[in-house]
Amino acid sequence: MSLTLEQVRRVAQLARIDISDAEAESTLGHLNGIFSLIEEMQAVDTRGVEPMAHAQDLAQRLRVDEVTEVNRRDAYQAVAPETEAGLYLVPKVIE
Amino acid sequence: MKQWEVVIGIETHVQLSTQSKIFSGSSTAFGAEPNVQANAVDLALPGVLPVLNKGAVECAIRFGLAVEGQVAPKSVFARKNYFYPDLPKGYQISQYELPVVVGGKVAIQLGQGDDLSEKTINLTRAHLEEDAGKSLHEDFHGKSGIDLNRAGTPLLEIVTEPDMRSSAEAVAYAKALHALVRWIGICDGNMQEGSFRCDANVSVRPVGQKEFGTRREIKNLNSFRFMQQAIDYEVQWQIAHIEDGGRVEQATVLFDPDTGETRAMRSKEDAHDYRYFPDPDLLPLIISRDWIERARSALPELPAAKKQRFVTDFGLSAYDATTLTASLEVADFYEATVVVAGKAAAKPCANWVMVDLAARLNKEGMELAHSPVSAVQLGGLVARIADNTISNNIAKKIFDALWNGEGKSADEIIDKQGLKQITDSGAIEALIDEVLAANAAMVAEFRAGKEKAFNALVGQAMKATKGKANPQQVNELLRRKLA
Repeated sequence: MSLTLEQVRRVAQLARIDISDAEAESTLGHLNGIFSLIEEMQAVDTRGVEPMAHAQDLAQRLRVDEVTEVNRRDAYQAVAPETEAGLYLVPKVIE
Repeated sequence: MKQWEVVIGIETHVQLSTQSKIFSGSSTAFGAEPNVQANAVDLALPGVLPVLNKGAVECAIRFGLAVEGQVAPKSVFARKNYFYPDLPKGYQISQYELPVVVGGKVAIQLGQGDDLSEKTINLTRAHLEEDAGKSLHEDFHGKSGIDLNRAGTPLLEIVTEPDMRSSAEAVAYAKALHALVRWIGICDGNMQEGSFRCDANVSVRPVGQKEFGTRREIKNLNSFRFMQQAIDYEVQWQIAHIEDGGRVEQATVLFDPDTGETRAMRSKEDAHDYRYFPDPDLLPLIISRDWIERARSALPELPAAKKQRFVTDFGLSAYDATTLTASLEVADFYEATVVVAGKAAAKPCANWVMVDLAARLNKEGMELAHSPVSAVQLGGLVARIADNTISNNIAKKIFDALWNGEGKSADEIIDKQGLKQITDSGAIEALIDEVLAANAAMVAEFRAGKEKAFNALVGQAMKATKGKANPQQVNELLRRKLA
């Protein structure tokens, strides 16, 4: 299986990455390289093997339900580009 | 004219009542100053890792058990990728292929009185996920303001099968689910604050057609009334649109309460492609049999079981039992009155809770939780009616006295105000004799055949006893005297 240039452009658009035509071409080459690796792996017979959701066969650790955080808004907002009335300001978005 | 069938499925976002967020130790309290409850994890600062809140998982288990679904021994968190400023990570942590609860069912009540019927709505699944923040589009010099206090608040998204066939069924389901999540203590149910939000998937098809029509999803219905209005409008719109030769396009629509209409959100050039994949930051959630059993034993008696018990043990009608199990508070209050008044007085207890108390609370605009008359006080009052210490009329006065805090118990008020019912027939007879002597004209009218005069005499006699006599007894004694 190999990707088309169109698919590369779509994935880039979904990820909000602006790529030039030249970058799309070279990315296509890189991704197809990865896909051929995947193809090799898919050739392995995995019948009867349960897919893993994670590389480590461990269970999720759980946290006790209690509030452990204090208000550090000033510190977080000190590095934000723009804030007002406690809000982070961003370019206008209306769906 | 073609007959149309309506098909509805509902997705509900239930905000879980945990102290802290699903993946961080920030508070979930409502109404705080913007961003004071948004920490490094909620802001998606580089290098942070989510750690799952056990309390949120416990809520999901309770729900799975309450709807008789299957609590998954292993479920997996996935990333749902999309870009929006109130989602700083660029993805929402949710569950996709392996949700925490699979299947389940919710019983709904339809109709009223004798037309009461039940229907089962099947659930597809329920999964845990995090809420996004809030975008404020008021004018901040042409920018949007972002409040991330809500980001990371635990949600349980509950998805039904397309089992509902009318707006009434959809509302009945939403109400039943709302009551249930409050009953089992996993959600405060506050719809104004967004703790319980429904999306309705609505489609229509000609009666008899097997395939579903194309559905449109009405987003963010935060009141039962709006849900009914929105679905009714949407159904009419779809039918009219198809009958006019149009085709329904799959879309997300919003309901405008001001116009009562639904309208499609501007459809994006790109259809959503969330590119779900297992979140590598989170390991699979393993829920042991043991944990499930502990959660099961910690659950309160569920509404359906309690309702059945009210009918069989207390002899209540299905309607009364349904009303009294509308919420856990009402059911607990009612049972506490029966404990005091005795099982034999279960029916009058039901009437006092559903009629007298409910009316008074309603009139004063109060919630049961804040009732000035406690269940123990009300039970004590009903007990005195049951053992004939007081009449129903006097009981209403005592109820008012209890409401106004004029005494700690019905017994105290009966004593203090001398309201004990006079059952000694000798004493009542003496009073009746006085009444007859003082109202010779009425007696004459009665003897002349005027039945109305009799009622007037009963009234006079009751007045003479200050309402403390049993009206039936007065009636009988008076009839005998006048015979």
